[in-house]
Amino acid sequence: MTVTTPTRTALIPGVSLQARRLPRWTPYAIVVVASAVAYVVIYLENVLGGGVAMTVVAAAVLFLVLLGVTARVVEGSRSARNRLATSWVYGVFILAALPLISVVRTLIVNGHALLNMQFLTHSMRNITPFEKDGGAYHAIIGTLQQAGIAAIITIPLGIACAIYMVEYGRGRLAGAVRFFVDVMTGIPSIVCGLFILAFWVTVISPYFNDGRPAYSGFAAALALSVLMLPTITRSSEEMLRLVPAALREGAYALGIPKWKTILKIVLPTAATGIVTGIMLAIARACGETAPVLLVAGATDSINNNPFSGNQESLSVFIYTQAGSAAKYGVPRAWSAALTLVVIVLALTITAKLIARRSKLK
Amino acid sequence: MAKRIEATNITAYYGSFKAIDSINMTIEPKSVTALIGPSGCGKSTFLRSINRMHEVLPNARVEGSLTVDGQDIYDRDVDITAVRRMIGMVFQRPNPFPTMSIYDNVVAGLRLGGVRKKSLLDAACEKALRAANLWNEVHTRLSRPGAGLSGGQQQRLCIARTIAVEPQIVLMDEPCSALDPISTLAIEDLITELKTQYTIVIVTHNMQQAARVSDRTAFFSIEKTGDPGRLIEYDDTTKIFTTPSEKKTEDYITGRFG
Repeated sequence: MTVTTPTRTALIPGVSLQARRLPRWTPYAIVVVASAVAYVVIYLENVLGGGVAMTVVAAAVLFLVLLGVTARVVEGSRSARNRLATSWVYGVFILAALPLISVVRTLIVNGHALLNMQFLTHSMRNITPFEKDGGAYHAIIGTLQQAGIAAIITIPLGIACAIYMVEYGRGRLAGAVRFFVDVMTGIPSIVCGLFILAFWVTVISPYFNDGRPAYSGFAAALALSVLMLPTITRSSEEMLRLVPAALREGAYALGIPKWKTILKIVLPTAATGIVTGIMLAIARACGETAPVLLVAGATDSINNNPFSGNQESLSVFIYTQAGSAAKYGVPRAWSAALTLVVIVLALTITAKLIARRSKLK
Repeated sequence: MAKRIEATNITAYYGSFKAIDSINMTIEPKSVTALIGPSGCGKSTFLRSINRMHEVLPNARVEGSLTVDGQDIYDRDVDITAVRRMIGMVFQRPNPFPTMSIYDNVVAGLRLGGVRKKSLLDAACEKALRAANLWNEVHTRLSRPGAGLSGGQQQRLCIARTIAVEPQIVLMDEPCSALDPISTLAIEDLITELKTQYTIVIVTHNMQQAARVSDRTAFFSIEKTGDPGRLIEYDDTTKIFTTPSEKKTEDYITGRFG
């Protein structure tokens, strides 16, 4: 019996694996050509109304058309589609990065003028509307303390809740907990502020303040905790779920109790991801204005005690300065915004470095 | 220190699905027992029910009794961690702890079990790595991550980790299925050495391997998909592979089935 194998040449005409390819520099050359044509026709000759934006758009369209046609003619249609898709991916990346770059640039351009040691070490106490002095020291203190207390409250709670949902939760209760965490994620931040205003400031705080309700940095920290808790819980839960079951079984097989397995094997394995989630939550909390405005009470003075008296925060400082009629209000708001971004960035980088250091090399 | 295992009417479920039905088996101390059979016949499930690993999965449960030197490990008053410390397990895929170094991996069971003294841990680490034939390859880089080793080395690391806690029984669930022939040979040699001290139960799909390393062989099978797995024949390895008493065993071993 002879076995006939089907011939495979039907799909591939010719045996050669070589194909005609455009030289490596082609896309760059086309960029130059498209830009030049768009510059001359649109920008200089004012075709289609002219202007910078139209020039850029025209250059991009021209680039895609020229590249597509050239690739089609020289390399064939599959390669043309490949090149167009590649260009599209790069283009979308640039589009996505533009707003970010623009925000950072605007912040630096507008914020650097007033950002000096004076700004970082002084409060707004007794600063008259026409004075250039004054600063955000009281607000920096407030943001660090409020976000810090909120982190101290939510990190253990959030991780413990995630551990419950992944490692222990079975049946209805776990389902209910997960559902309410999801619901909490969607609560608008101002509602968190109102909740703490109604619950802490008006009901609980009078017991600590001779019967009168009191704003405090701690109330703001509580409101931020309500915001941060679901974020930390959900991100930690996802990270814990990624830890392979084989690791847990491997630990059980050594006679290691469940709680030690979680503490010494599962959590360290998921640590990097959990830290990222925590940093996202803290960054978000640092930028929240509405809940802090409702329960911390704004002030122009330095208040180092989060448990007593009104306390400013950077986001509230930005809000009040940007809306104030004082001569240097708006520049101060820009500088405070830049300060806030730098603080969050510094926190994130520090946390990443710590998480990386704990990993094995 | 090796112990005899006696399983009586062991029946295991995943939810409402019965995976194995009334397994009765006596496993002798200081011997190697191989469990063979087609996929889905319940040999891994039975193995996992020997150190109460089966019930780790949600909704999984075991009925029947399983005694180790007369103590029923399914008794209500039994401490599961004590059972698992006495009955170690090596899994199909090597699973070193990724955040730990080679050293930390080997002493993980001891350290997390409460041993603090550095000299004790050092000694146990060297002893276990030597027993697992890994010492010569890794003793200069004990602080490097365990996950950086090759597949075969990782599996021997997992064996070292298991015997570092000095169990009396070692269960192996297809320990060589992810390894190349040279690593497989290393582990088979290791099993033969370990036999002098431990009771070993090994699940394998490789019948030559069962014939090479085991003293006794148990053949598991199922009638059809969805039926529970049953123990068909359990005898000396030489007998199973030369003159099996059951037709099914002979069919499986000669390759006519499964």
